[in-house]
Amino acid sequence: MNTTWSRFNVTSIALGFAFLYLPIVILVIFSFNESKLVTVWSGFSTKWYGSLLQNQGLLDAAWVTVRVGVIAATFATVLGTMAALALTRYTRFRGRILFSGMVFAPLVMPEVITGLSLLLLFVAVGLDRGFLTVTLAHITFSMCFVAVVVQSRLLTFDRSLEEAAMDLGATPVTTFFHVTLPVILPAIVSGWMLAFTLSLDDLVIASFTSGPGATTLPMKIYSQVRLGVTPEINAACTILIAIVAVGVIAASLVNKRREVQRLRDEQGAQRG
Amino acid sequence: MQSLGSIRRSFAPWTDPQAKPYIVFDNVTKRFGDFTAVDNLSLSIYEREFFALLGASGCGKSTLLRMLAGFEEPTSGRILIDGQDLRGTPPYKRPVNMMFQSYALFPHMTVEKNIAFGLKQEGMPADQIEARVTEMLKLVKLEQFAKRKPHQLSGGQRQRVALARSVAKRPKVLLLDEPLGALDKKLREETQFELMDLQQSLGLTFVVVTHDQEEAMTMADRIAILDKGQVMQVATPAEIYEAPGSRFVANFVGNVNLFEGEVVAREENGARIRGATGAEIRVENAGAAAAGNSVVFAIRPEKIRVSSRRPDESRLNAMEGEVYDIAYLGDMTIYHVKLADGQVVKASALNSSRVTEDPLTWDDRAWISFQPDAGVVLTQ
Repeated sequence: MNTTWSRFNVTSIALGFAFLYLPIVILVIFSFNESKLVTVWSGFSTKWYGSLLQNQGLLDAAWVTVRVGVIAATFATVLGTMAALALTRYTRFRGRILFSGMVFAPLVMPEVITGLSLLLLFVAVGLDRGFLTVTLAHITFSMCFVAVVVQSRLLTFDRSLEEAAMDLGATPVTTFFHVTLPVILPAIVSGWMLAFTLSLDDLVIASFTSGPGATTLPMKIYSQVRLGVTPEINAACTILIAIVAVGVIAASLVNKRREVQRLRDEQGAQRG
Repeated sequence: MQSLGSIRRSFAPWTDPQAKPYIVFDNVTKRFGDFTAVDNLSLSIYEREFFALLGASGCGKSTLLRMLAGFEEPTSGRILIDGQDLRGTPPYKRPVNMMFQSYALFPHMTVEKNIAFGLKQEGMPADQIEARVTEMLKLVKLEQFAKRKPHQLSGGQRQRVALARSVAKRPKVLLLDEPLGALDKKLREETQFELMDLQQSLGLTFVVVTHDQEEAMTMADRIAILDKGQVMQVATPAEIYEAPGSRFVANFVGNVNLFEGEVVAREENGARIRGATGAEIRVENAGAAAAGNSVVFAIRPEKIRVSSRRPDESRLNAMEGEVYDIAYLGDMTIYHVKLADGQVVKASALNSSRVTEDPLTWDDRAWISFQPDAGVVLTQ
């Protein structure tokens, strides 16, 4: 393998990272700006973080977002896991292809259409727009992502584990909760995290389905930006980025450590 | 009294008309769509028997085992254990346990928890579970690995955990699906004897599925040879080897030479068979073959002697040929001798001394000879 750093390699990496991270870096830098003007640097300060804590509107929106995210991700995980189980286990039921297509269609469905159709539904059934409707909408669009993640794990699941459990006297229910679920749990957890993240940063669907008193953080930020970007928004976004980054880094570190441990165990077992 | 092969022990309930079979397959058929995996098969297995289902892949042996465990239901026919029809009984209510080919150890549980799993389902009190688990760990010599997870064990250790887990509940019948398939040769040979000892000491009925004839011959009291979902022969290893019932069985188990011919005349218990070239051989064990029948005479390579000189008259069947190939295996040598009619006969000789007085080499003239009772006449 060619390990030298050619000029081409360096340029492409630099360009790639610049495209990905330059906007974010600028946002983070200006969140520490002294000036109220977003684009003019006038010295380092953390005062916008302080004033952020005084901004009740933003804090309320953040709290709504977290609650919607947790509830939606949890329900989406349960429903998505059930859909994945149905799709992988009952491989010969009538209309399976149609069903699997329908489960995964929201993945490619334009958000505007999802949002609009949900809005029409809520209006038709007379459901007042608010916390409930935005949560329902988030469950709807994020469960198919969970289904994809869990299904890919189930496809490699060794069915003889379940047969062994039943052979040893476990009923199908016990088998599911004591054998199947623990084994596919990592996939379910990643499904939950994916659903939570999707809910956290959704703007389009939330705009269609949310109502008074249930403004999510992305909606709040978007509406404030229309009146002009303030460093306060930058600070809020920086905190969000920090939370996401810490989560992602922690998850990958845990994964990495587990993988290393597993490899070491396996080598040890081969020797011993 | 004459007998076939060596007798392992006097356990032979299948010869006793009074004995009641413990497991019965009664005209069992299993179809998957258009494919018939098991075809109207009947089979009886006795209590405490070590029974092997032997066959190539796709012969239906695993399906039989899975029907016994309850993972598949027969399309038609009945399966009985101890007189009870198993139809409709789910796997978790059957008095059998299975050791899976992939071991199917629960990856998120320690060795201890794996073994205790079945006992917990029974509702056994915790202190008894602990005692049983300790006993099982001792049985498979894995005491110091109790707290390990399956991925921290070697292949042989995993195999033993799977075994301990499947016998922990003291099932009446233990089903083993290719139990030694994933082990290397040395370990496999050791484990064969361990399994036999275990079966003896626990007094269980073992039904083992294997494609490895050596494994089946070593361990089983009786072997059922399966092909295309049907039983070709059920017999002790010695009978299967020394008195195969058909060409298929003779060919499937061990090496065999087949001489085709026509029965010229019946003699008392024996017959004279004339081959295509007109050479006649005299055989015993001619069974029901009548004069005029076309039959096959099957003889194992080790029952044929190869010599450079014509054998004396006491060896009743002798044919001349040419050494075509020699394979030296250390403990024995295998000669391929081409006869006048072009047939290549395999003969093996045990190298019981380090030097041989009658060395044969490629293209030498050689004689093969055998006694009339050295083989069997097959009509199928």
